[in-house]
Amino acid sequence: MTVSLDIDNIAAHYGSTQVLKDLSLSVKAGELVSLLGSSGCGKTTTLRLVAGFLTPTSGTIRLGDRDLTRLPAHQRDIGLVFQNYALFPHLSVLDNVAFGLKQRKIEPAERTRRAKAMLERVGLADFADRLPGALSGGQKQRVALARALVIEPPLLMFDEPLSNLDAKLRVDMRVEIRKLQRANGTTSLYVTHDQEEAFSISDRVAIMNAGRIMQLDTPEVLYQRPANAFVARFVGFENLIPMVVKARENGALSAEAPGGALLQLSEAEFGPIPDRFVLATRADGLLVQREGAGIPVELGLRTYLGRAYQYQTTSVAGDLIANGSLSEPFSPGDRAVLVPKPEQCCILKPEA
Amino acid sequence: MTDRIHPLLAVFAGLVFLFLVGPLVIMIGASLSDTNFLTFPPRGLTLHWFTHIFEVTAFKTTAITSLELAFAGTFLSLLFGIPAAYALNRFRVELPSWLSTVYVLPILIPEIVFGFSLMKSVTIDSGFPVWLTLLIGHALLVLPYSVRVVSASLAAFDFSIEEAAISLGSPPLKTFFTIVLPNIRAGVIAAFILAFITSINDVSVSLFLTGPGISTLPIQILAYMEQFFDPTMAAVSVLLMLLTVGVMAIVEATLGLTFLTK
Repeated sequence: MTVSLDIDNIAAHYGSTQVLKDLSLSVKAGELVSLLGSSGCGKTTTLRLVAGFLTPTSGTIRLGDRDLTRLPAHQRDIGLVFQNYALFPHLSVLDNVAFGLKQRKIEPAERTRRAKAMLERVGLADFADRLPGALSGGQKQRVALARALVIEPPLLMFDEPLSNLDAKLRVDMRVEIRKLQRANGTTSLYVTHDQEEAFSISDRVAIMNAGRIMQLDTPEVLYQRPANAFVARFVGFENLIPMVVKARENGALSAEAPGGALLQLSEAEFGPIPDRFVLATRADGLLVQREGAGIPVELGLRTYLGRAYQYQTTSVAGDLIANGSLSEPFSPGDRAVLVPKPEQCCILKPEA
Repeated sequence: MTDRIHPLLAVFAGLVFLFLVGPLVIMIGASLSDTNFLTFPPRGLTLHWFTHIFEVTAFKTTAITSLELAFAGTFLSLLFGIPAAYALNRFRVELPSWLSTVYVLPILIPEIVFGFSLMKSVTIDSGFPVWLTLLIGHALLVLPYSVRVVSASLAAFDFSIEEAAISLGSPPLKTFFTIVLPNIRAGVIAAFILAFITSINDVSVSLFLTGPGISTLPIQILAYMEQFFDPTMAAVSVLLMLLTVGVMAIVEATLGLTFLTK
């Protein structure tokens, strides 16, 4: 049975500091949603509120038809995987995995059978009698995963589970976590500061900043169509150019960049475009040309990316970063124009 | 090839060792002397003074009182000290930083002052019976060891382990006994031993709190010395020392002595 997690308008304070501001979030049944953001953005606080280690100052948390808001943590029935594994050092791997079943008064023989079956699934059947201290980081995290999964919780939560592992193992483990989560169809909330990790593993990602969700969407949409300047910068749109619409006709419009360059855009492609907007592009979205209709810039530092040259540039529109072709290299100090490629651009509301 | 030790350092270390061990050697020697006064080196060898201890009833009764106080006082100090240490570590961020200092006050203030204030407040003002007063005094005296040593263990304890257990359905109090306590076991044992040794060797606090008919062994040794200056005291001291060495040997065998010094 899979259920949804519904966080409705929760606020949280540490002393007099407000760390979450009326945050709402729904994780659909069987879905994996990541909370992504830098440290202090409120993602871990959100997870701890759902786990019951913190109490919200207002708002409600529901799991299926159960109201968790005031329920003690030990009655919430949530599988938790911690960054530092949090295995019980004095218990064997098998007893670690069986711990949750013991709390559920499952009889010893059945407990052992289920714990062993789960260890088999994470590939650690031979390690049942070891103490956690004798395991590697990756093995410890597998035990932690087995321990959380064996109680068949309606909700799984991960708190930066891969941060303490090396790069190669991180990739292997996130694939494994995703496989197990899919196989069980368990609703999951995943906290991380690693964008690649969040995007690769999640059905949807909530990008958080200063106690708020800035955008909640599929990784594809977040990556290609960020909804605001914060998310745009977060997913690597280096260039945010303020634009003013000069003329409109039948959804085709002409917008002016600082310095007077005109750019032709179509609302058929971008949807309704306000009179003032921000054009967001990655470095790949700007063509570097000797002359033509574009934003005039002075080229600065040139770095070699393998597939292109990247230029740091200065212009009346601010410092812009653009990737130019390998066949036609420019030198620092050269004058050039940058021409946005509309298909790689995003239209954002101007920042307040 | 080892590093050369500077000769002055060797002399200095040797002197320190001599001053530490010398009195113990002298006391052992004196306890074996076949004279009815304290002397070193011993003249003649006898175990008479060791058997004599058991003929003096005051030594036996005060020894029993001392052991009772040490066990009960240490137990009480752990009963209050472990939860205090837990709270101080678990809520380190929320609690004011001076709070942990309060728990070490009994070691910080002079024991004479501590003993006197206890006598004034517990014995005179509250009129508690002597044994109970002694027990309260000893429990308070050793409380700092319980709190500090258990705290040191808890400082190294990862509280997310506790959260993991709670998330798996174990209620908080049960989690404390099944998950937290087993992982700070070494600290609790060390605290017990330190507190026990402190209690059994205490003179200054007990001095103020003893009353008619009830005394502790160290006080009795002092009282005996005022009347008799024979090697019995040396023999009692040797036995007390052996008790301490015995406890240390157990610590060394189970936990390693480095545990007490870190």
